[in-house]
Amino acid sequence: MTTKSPGTSTAVPSLASRLGTYGPLLAIAVLAVVLLVWAPSSLSTFRLNNLGRYCALALASMGIGLAWGRGGMLVMGQGVFFGLGAYAMAMHMKLEAAGPDGVPDFMTLYGDGTMPGWWEPFRSGPFTVFAIIAVPAVVSFLLGYAILKRRVKGAYFAILTQAMAVGFATLLVATVKQTGGFNGLNTFSTFFGANLYDPGVQKNLYRLAAGLVIVFLVILWQVYRSRYGELLVATRDAEERIRFLGYDPANIKLVAFMAAAVMASIGGAVFVPIAGIISPLNVGAPASILLLAGVALGGRASLFGPALGAIAVSYGRSTLSENFPTQWTYFLGALFIVVVLFLPGGVASLWPKVRSLVHARRTRSSSVRDGLDLDDPIPPETGDDLRPAPDMDPAELAALS
Amino acid sequence: MDALTTPFLTGTATGAILLLAALGLTLTFGQMGVINMANGEFLMVGAYMAYLTQQVIGATEISILVALPVAFVIAGLLGMLLEVSVIQWMYSRPLDTLLVTVGVALVLQQLAQDVFGAQGDPVTSPDWLGGRISVFGYEWPHRQLFTILLALGALAGLSAVLKYTSFGRQIRATVQNRQLAETMGVSTRNVDRITFFLGSGLAGVGGVAISLISGTNPTLGTAYIIPAFLVVVLGGVGQLRGTVIAAWAVGVVTAFLTDWTSGSMAQVVTFTLVVVALTVRPQGLFTVRTRSLA
Repeated sequence: MTTKSPGTSTAVPSLASRLGTYGPLLAIAVLAVVLLVWAPSSLSTFRLNNLGRYCALALASMGIGLAWGRGGMLVMGQGVFFGLGAYAMAMHMKLEAAGPDGVPDFMTLYGDGTMPGWWEPFRSGPFTVFAIIAVPAVVSFLLGYAILKRRVKGAYFAILTQAMAVGFATLLVATVKQTGGFNGLNTFSTFFGANLYDPGVQKNLYRLAAGLVIVFLVILWQVYRSRYGELLVATRDAEERIRFLGYDPANIKLVAFMAAAVMASIGGAVFVPIAGIISPLNVGAPASILLLAGVALGGRASLFGPALGAIAVSYGRSTLSENFPTQWTYFLGALFIVVVLFLPGGVASLWPKVRSLVHARRTRSSSVRDGLDLDDPIPPETGDDLRPAPDMDPAELAALS
Repeated sequence: MDALTTPFLTGTATGAILLLAALGLTLTFGQMGVINMANGEFLMVGAYMAYLTQQVIGATEISILVALPVAFVIAGLLGMLLEVSVIQWMYSRPLDTLLVTVGVALVLQQLAQDVFGAQGDPVTSPDWLGGRISVFGYEWPHRQLFTILLALGALAGLSAVLKYTSFGRQIRATVQNRQLAETMGVSTRNVDRITFFLGSGLAGVGGVAISLISGTNPTLGTAYIIPAFLVVVLGGVGQLRGTVIAAWAVGVVTAFLTDWTSGSMAQVVTFTLVVVALTVRPQGLFTVRTRSLA
């Protein structure tokens, strides 16, 4: 399990460097205790339900962190993949509510009561779970292959994904007889047979969402320190150089894009039973942008930033928009402006700054006392998950674009 | 014949509005790499200027003509304000301007909603735009013809500025090679600022045209920003010729698809077609050939 970077391979890693490597894992464990032990026992059902929704959104945001923060692909349409998973799950639950051979209620309301054939497989639970993972993977593969292989990137990529979200929401609204249109899908009764009105089931749904966040944090931690994670960051920072080294950047990015899509889809799938509704409002361009807000706030390239940022933004949204509905939009707008302008690495980039400040002061005072302490330089490379994103280096970016 | 002329003519009018929205985008994108998502809100500002001038002047006959320069200047100044206050700090990371301007767009929308209300206000078109002209059996509203003339006028004006004035030469020089332009004594900072003024002002003019068709609305810009961007990308960034053709093509294709299916399906199919077109020609229909890698 020990990854040895060339600098530290000579000696047994010190406690500090080991903490730098496994510290994030420790932080994940703390977060797991907070989310899975503390929260269910001390929050009310209503608040827990809300937190569950935030966790579902956090899953999508973590995918954005992978694709955008680490891969440099500004995905402005993750609502599409969130929606694919959510609608797949909602269709299954709708069919469950309708009973065997039943037809979802809205189809008789808006249409003639006949069900389109592509709904039929979603009666099966296992198929639904399969579809939640396979459909976004296939869609993102086709889309990503088409545009990444053609070296469409940067703003083009962002605009295309945003257009995709707009198109998807429009399509959903237009197909009222097949997807419930603007109202979306709602009024479910059971989740794989479990009664949704049972508080115990609700608590377990929350545990599912929060548990998935923890699981994906561990997966992402492992991915970020893997060879692929390094390659992804390298592609982000110097795509041409990676190409010259013999890799195909399109493939590297495609994997991240697909992973982000699947994560968003899983987030959508757990969002539906907790929220009890999925509608085009949850998947369109504004929803996709809201997902980005959390990632930008938390720190796009960091491990925890996207997840915690998403939870913070969702919490802020529901608290602020309850009390001051109009102020929320100002707040969100200001958040984008202030964070991107002044803190492009997000809140996560504050920590290394503070630490290096403290460290600089300490080394300065100790170097006065003991002479220069060469063994303990300011460690810019440790704790790499919390580093400010290297793509903020203006000179490099200017040279690339 | 009617089945062909109707979508063709209405589509051309839609394309004209898209062109007005996209001209500013293509200038700022091509020249500075800045993606201004708030450009749609300048359309909205233009529409509200048309409404306000109508309230102030009263006479609908001339108010729309007064509104055009007013909208151009006000939207232009707002664009310049955006450049001075936010964008100029971000030239080193163009992709991030996209997010910042999303924030600006949200603030502007909410501001319009607080000032003018969420409902939106009607703008009465003057009598001389109320008529219709018969084209191959289709009674074409004057308003649409006016929109097209407006877009063509703006295009002609912009091309003339770019081609014949020394300032236009500076813009073109900056688009082609910023560093070299600087060494030749062009103040690229000023050029950036004025380009923002021009681009946002043109969007404001487009907003006046929109207000005649659908009135005002705080979120009016959101419907146009994505199609306008697709037009820019499809036409080739920084290419006026490409933008014109792409705007017209997107407008007409959408109109035909709307005629055959429905408005929403047309939008979906048009977006898909643009994406397909981009996979075939990633740099857009027209492009400046360079040897740069990116």
